[in-house]
Amino acid sequence: MANEQDKILDEVTGSEYKYGFVTEIETETIPKGLNEDVVRIISEKKGEPEWMLEFRLKAFRHWQTMEMPDWAHLNIPIIDYQGIIYYAAPKQKPSLNSLDEVDPILKETFDKLGIPLEEQKMLTGVAVDAVMDSTSVKTTFRETLAEQGIIFCSMSEAIREHPDLIKKYLASVVPVTDNFFTALNSAVFSDGSFCYIPKGVRCPMELSTYFRINASNTGQFERTLIVADDESYVSYLEGCTAPMRDENQLHAAVVEIVVHDNAEVKYSTVQNWYPGDKDGKGGIYNFVTKRGICKGKNSKISWTQVETGSAITWKYPSCILLGDNSYGEFYSVAVTNNHQQADTGSKMIHIGKNSRSRIVSKGISAGVSNNSYRGLVKVLKGADNARNFSQCDSLLLGDKCGAHTFPYLEVDNPSAIVEHEATTSKIGEDQIFYCNQRGLSTEDAVGLIINGYAKEVLNKLPMEFAVEAQKLLQISLEGSVG
Amino acid sequence: MLVIKDLHAKINDKEILKGINLEVKPGEVHAIMGPNGSGKSTLASVLTGRELVEVTHGSVTFNGKNVLEMPAEIRSREGIFLSFQYPVEIPGVSMVNFMKAAVNEHRKYRNLEPLSASDFLKLLRERKELVEIDSALTNRSVNEGFSGGEKKKNEIFQMAMLEPKLSILDETDSGLDIDALRVVANGVNKLKTAENATIVITHYQRLLDYIVPDFVHILYNGRIVKSAGKELALELEEKGYDWIKNGN
Ligand SMILES: Nc1ncnc2c1ncn2[C@@H]1O[C@H](COP(=O)(O)OP(=O)(O)OP(=O)(O)O)[C@@H](O)[C@H]1O
Ligand SMILES: [Mg+2]
Repeated sequence: MANEQDKILDEVTGSEYKYGFVTEIETETIPKGLNEDVVRIISEKKGEPEWMLEFRLKAFRHWQTMEMPDWAHLNIPIIDYQGIIYYAAPKQKPSLNSLDEVDPILKETFDKLGIPLEEQKMLTGVAVDAVMDSTSVKTTFRETLAEQGIIFCSMSEAIREHPDLIKKYLASVVPVTDNFFTALNSAVFSDGSFCYIPKGVRCPMELSTYFRINASNTGQFERTLIVADDESYVSYLEGCTAPMRDENQLHAAVVEIVVHDNAEVKYSTVQNWYPGDKDGKGGIYNFVTKRGICKGKNSKISWTQVETGSAITWKYPSCILLGDNSYGEFYSVAVTNNHQQADTGSKMIHIGKNSRSRIVSKGISAGVSNNSYRGLVKVLKGADNARNFSQCDSLLLGDKCGAHTFPYLEVDNPSAIVEHEATTSKIGEDQIFYCNQRGLSTEDAVGLIINGYAKEVLNKLPMEFAVEAQKLLQISLEGSVG
Repeated sequence: MLVIKDLHAKINDKEILKGINLEVKPGEVHAIMGPNGSGKSTLASVLTGRELVEVTHGSVTFNGKNVLEMPAEIRSREGIFLSFQYPVEIPGVSMVNFMKAAVNEHRKYRNLEPLSASDFLKLLRERKELVEIDSALTNRSVNEGFSGGEKKKNEIFQMAMLEPKLSILDETDSGLDIDALRVVANGVNKLKTAENATIVITHYQRLLDYIVPDFVHILYNGRIVKSAGKELALELEEKGYDWIKNGN
């Protein structure tokens, strides 16, 4: 019976990564390696003011004193930080028609990724900032959004055009010195998105950023900042893919969210970086720090993530629940297959009175992968009546993969109620056979069962992306199921 | 329609079926009875392609095709349906989506277009009425939290959706209250045509009052040891299995 299970597993988990192509476009790169000069070059290429360069240099100097964290349940090969190219930008041919026009090759690339850059072709109701390697290629619907005072642009532009907002909020949630990767990111970050939703505005469309790594030997260091002023609302989505390469590429991002009184930010991620091949060769190292602060009363942050890609994922989207009655939630599906490793989860820091949080984590492991949930729920002294509920489920496909749960609790207020539930299960041979008996192939059966398992999380995604995410889950596990 | 010849099968090196012979023709109803552990469910598993049972000898053909070479899903699409003795729960997968996927796979196999959402819902409603299944059940996840009886009714509902040529009902009557038993039996009878056939696995004569068999077989220790008309079930009820055991 165990043999049968293995056979089914092998059949179903082993499919190709769909986004592994490379775009042939001339790319401007700087030499490998990292030193103060490189930081200066990046800042100069971005046309940054002096204060930003200072920010970067300070970060760089601090980074040099730090060591890579090793507490995660991950086996991380030594990364040669001098072997990475820290800036790469596709060279766009200047267009005769309009300054706004995107190079057709890039347009085609994003079309292929399902992200058309022409507004009339776009999914209605979604504005996109398309980032390739170190630069933003195009941001759509900017004018429409600007009519309501919403700022949605690349980070590089924001630094030049909205310095007051950037000075006020950048690194206000994730300090430069927070950890090794935030310091590195702060020194060399390339592009990412900036969103500002003014008081009382409900953003009329989904905002999204699509990150694409194209150039080889490069790292991508994105930086995203979302600020929701009082009584505002925005739903933001992030997607990412990369070519198939034998080398490992580093992606170290920082995302910060600030939410004021009665405002709400919904942040969804569909992470599909190249995971490496069946034997564990290549793939993206994904070291990401995402944190939001519910600054105002009744404010709300909702993180939803579908993590299917990357060779290594190290990521803990967190909420600082400072405002009274604030609410944070984290819904996650993390899939690991073949040799992938993921250590991911969330931190909920309760500071405000009556602050509440909810964590729903669904891990799915196949192949010889390792999938860990790591979460911290911390209730500070003043957080009267804080509530947290955490649900951490693991689903194992096969018996060579690992699933681990590391929940940490620090409760400093006796009125707090913190609950944690965890389960581990396997897809049963009986479940697959039941589907087979109704006419479904094993592959479809597994897809159905996985999507059923992850439903609570998938339901949190904006409609337009839920279907994509469902397919992605199935594809990520193709060849591995049982 | 179904021809089983000298079928031997084992689970984990233990021989369970030890030479089964059976022929089922269109329009017929066959009942299989036999003590616990005699191999009834194992026979159903072999016919439907469950891989944990290994066929070591013999042949099974369905409308002339070699069934043993087909993967389980193809057997289903060819028209073999099993109402499970223990229906399986699939959390988070709605009955509606599950059936939609199944119906469309069956259609694809016959080179038919998938049903549109509205046609599918119409079919769903129609079949629900036919087998008198509670509306709410189809909005829930597959068998999740269903009571024992609800699970069995849900099996017959799926049978109604897929319109199989050969239905194998494995103890569909166990766990049903008197009313539910009648509902389920009525459903099965309504789906009965001159072209399709049914194999009813049961321990109780009671079900056979509703679903009247043309033949009754007694499976004992991996073999069919007695076959006769419907009166055999009555005789068995009266005399118990000792009668069979002693007779062998
Ligand atoms: N998965 C399995 N692993 C090991 N043995 C099994 C398995 N499934 C069935 N068996 C064994 O095969 C034999 C026949 O079982 P089967 O379920 O076919 O009996 P049955 O006639 O359907 O009984 P019941 O009337 O109790 O449903 C039993 O001895 C049982 O223990
Ligand atoms: Mg049985």
